[in-house]
Amino acid sequence: MTLLDGKRRSTYRVTDMKEPLDTERRLEALGLTQGTPITILNYKRRGAVIVKVRGTRFAMGREIAAGILVEEMESEGHTNE
Amino acid sequence: MSDNQQSSELRIGFIGNPNCGKTTLFNAYTGAKLKVANWPGVTVEKKEGQFQYHNHLYSLVDLPGIYSLTCYTMEEKVSREYIMSDEVDVIVDVADASALERNLYLTLQLIELGKPVVLALNMMDIVEERGMEIDLHRLPEMLGIPVIPVSARRKTGLDILMHAASHHKGQKHLDPLIHEHKNSSHHQHDHHSEFAMVYSDEIEDKIDQVKERLKQAYPEMENYRWHAIKFLEQDEDVMERYSKVDVSDIVEHSYEKQIINEKYDFIEEIIEECLVNKDKQAAFTDRVDAILTHRIWGVPIFLCIMALVFFLTFTVGDWLKGYFEIGIERVEVWLAAGLAYVKAGDLLTSLIVDGIVAGVGGILTFLPNIFILFLALAFLEDSGYMSRVAYVMDSIMGRVGLSGRAFIPMLLGFGCSVPAIMASRALEDKRDRYKTILITPFMSCSARLPIYVIFSEMFFEKHAMLVAYSLYLIGIVVALLTAVILRVKEKGSHSNMLLIELPEYKTPNGRSIAIYVWTKVKDYLTKAGTTIFIASIIVWALLNFGPHGLTSDMSDSFASIIGKVLVPVFAPVGLGYWQIVVALISGIAAKEIVVSSTSVLFGIANINSAAGMNSMVDALSAIGFGGANAYALMVFCLLYVPCAATLATIRKETQSTRFMLGAMAFQMVVAWFVAFLVYHVALTLI
Repeated sequence: MTLLDGKRRSTYRVTDMKEPLDTERRLEALGLTQGTPITILNYKRRGAVIVKVRGTRFAMGREIAAGILVEEMESEGHTNE
Repeated sequence: MSDNQQSSELRIGFIGNPNCGKTTLFNAYTGAKLKVANWPGVTVEKKEGQFQYHNHLYSLVDLPGIYSLTCYTMEEKVSREYIMSDEVDVIVDVADASALERNLYLTLQLIELGKPVVLALNMMDIVEERGMEIDLHRLPEMLGIPVIPVSARRKTGLDILMHAASHHKGQKHLDPLIHEHKNSSHHQHDHHSEFAMVYSDEIEDKIDQVKERLKQAYPEMENYRWHAIKFLEQDEDVMERYSKVDVSDIVEHSYEKQIINEKYDFIEEIIEECLVNKDKQAAFTDRVDAILTHRIWGVPIFLCIMALVFFLTFTVGDWLKGYFEIGIERVEVWLAAGLAYVKAGDLLTSLIVDGIVAGVGGILTFLPNIFILFLALAFLEDSGYMSRVAYVMDSIMGRVGLSGRAFIPMLLGFGCSVPAIMASRALEDKRDRYKTILITPFMSCSARLPIYVIFSEMFFEKHAMLVAYSLYLIGIVVALLTAVILRVKEKGSHSNMLLIELPEYKTPNGRSIAIYVWTKVKDYLTKAGTTIFIASIIVWALLNFGPHGLTSDMSDSFASIIGKVLVPVFAPVGLGYWQIVVALISGIAAKEIVVSSTSVLFGIANINSAAGMNSMVDALSAIGFGGANAYALMVFCLLYVPCAATLATIRKETQSTRFMLGAMAFQMVVAWFVAFLVYHVALTLI
């Protein structure tokens, strides 16, 4: 599954990234690499996605989110409340 | 670099992630006494400031906010080059203590550089508020550098930070390191006492091998370890510079990902040991975001906020503007009287009063609007809302091939194109930015309003309001159409790649806002002011001089000669009158000049009065200028070449005279065609 298939308020683990080279580099610099947990905070139909990676929130366009392959985490999704 | 080169000058580079409060900290030291320029050759802002403390002269340089020291972006390249140069004695790494995990990544990279680094843990007040705790004893032990807790907003820890920086100057080795790694290394060296960041054995072995090669090929090189790591990452910059060594047998592929992962593994270790209560996350930001970035309410809320900003800008701004206008009129009268008293010649009086004061004064009257607009924007920016706009507007703007962030400059364009184009800096993608710069002047700025008011009142009376609104609409349609056409031309070769950090919400800092607004206002006054000043003199000269020298008859001036030459070009769009052509040319100095030039050229004393307007209509009707012509004129004014100040800003922001000239040509052509269309449609209707 990709990040776009995820649910709000759920945490996933990044398994692979299929992005243009420079986008992948930018994501890596932000700490988004294989194995990183990523929480989906919000998204809009046909719009961007808000995620939380290593304690920081990011808004990313659909194209980027579609290239991030994720899997469910074994433990239950972490929420902020 | 500085005027007084003192022996005890300490040069400090401030570096840190975006949104870490680096600029607030920088401002806390230097105040508004800072020099803002661009780094040579690129449009990345460079801020410098100085201050005196304990017989030391501290020269601070605020580097662009970056997440990493690779060289994929302009900002990263500039920062890396500057930090590696001899121009900096100590690096102050500013980290947002409330987001330590992210910020430490850059810290580890900086430590690897081998230059003296001091870590400033900023936003300690927020850390406390959230009930988190940082082990300030353990953190420096693990990193091997001094760690100073500060709060730029509350101005705490500032002296201690500078004290640490001056003591740390020249220190190339790390402070004692104490690590307790779970699976300790079997490596031949005990790196853990030497380096903060120690990689897995596989990487460390490769680093050692590359280091040996480098030592043989480049005996003069400083910091072999860092260069070896860069070779493992296959860093283009370093590999190019040291092309004498071939390490392709050791580094068979890029180890960059592995190196990044191992750095983050180490950071996790640090966080585990040094951060207490880390799960007490900012529930406040989540709660606010649930409303402000709501999938349905997000857009209406944003539009309401912008409506409020515009309400403030134009009601409060215009109220202040009234006083400004009175003041400038007084100056005009007073100057004319003064000049008459000293028996200055008519020519000089005319130059100063009609040329300079009228031109520059016209620009000064917009100062209150600009001031309030930027005050509101600084507030939105500093609170953390501005980056949410990119998310909220992304899907709507995406349809015309622009990123969500482009919406902010376009909206600002309704106020004034100069700050709007300056605001396009927030766009990361260069192509996005150029596109936005190109279409922003189509958003009808406030300087064009006087043109609409005068001409629609003269020719459309009851429907004046409607006519003025229609022009705003045409501007938006043309801007969006241009964006769509440009997107089709690109053929999706580039999709919009939004990627932006959404910082935690915080109470805006008064000082930061004040300094931000002040630098913007100063920029407007100096940059726009000098251009307007020169343009005013040129327009005045063209109107008052002719082939036979000074002339009081404008039909004998250079302006009229130029106007008459261009009449055939403007005839098809209903503007083939030399006076109108001259007014349009003078409008390049500043749009509102079109009104004053037209009145001067037709010899109308007070165009704002009913009598003045009537005689103007009579004068225009006499030469066959009717409603269709007036509408074409307004459309042309809306779309043609923006004012000189805007052109200067476009050139400054793109660093390209070619782009500016190209934009001018494009806007001219668009204006001509749309005016042509509108004129002929109007002729059949009226």
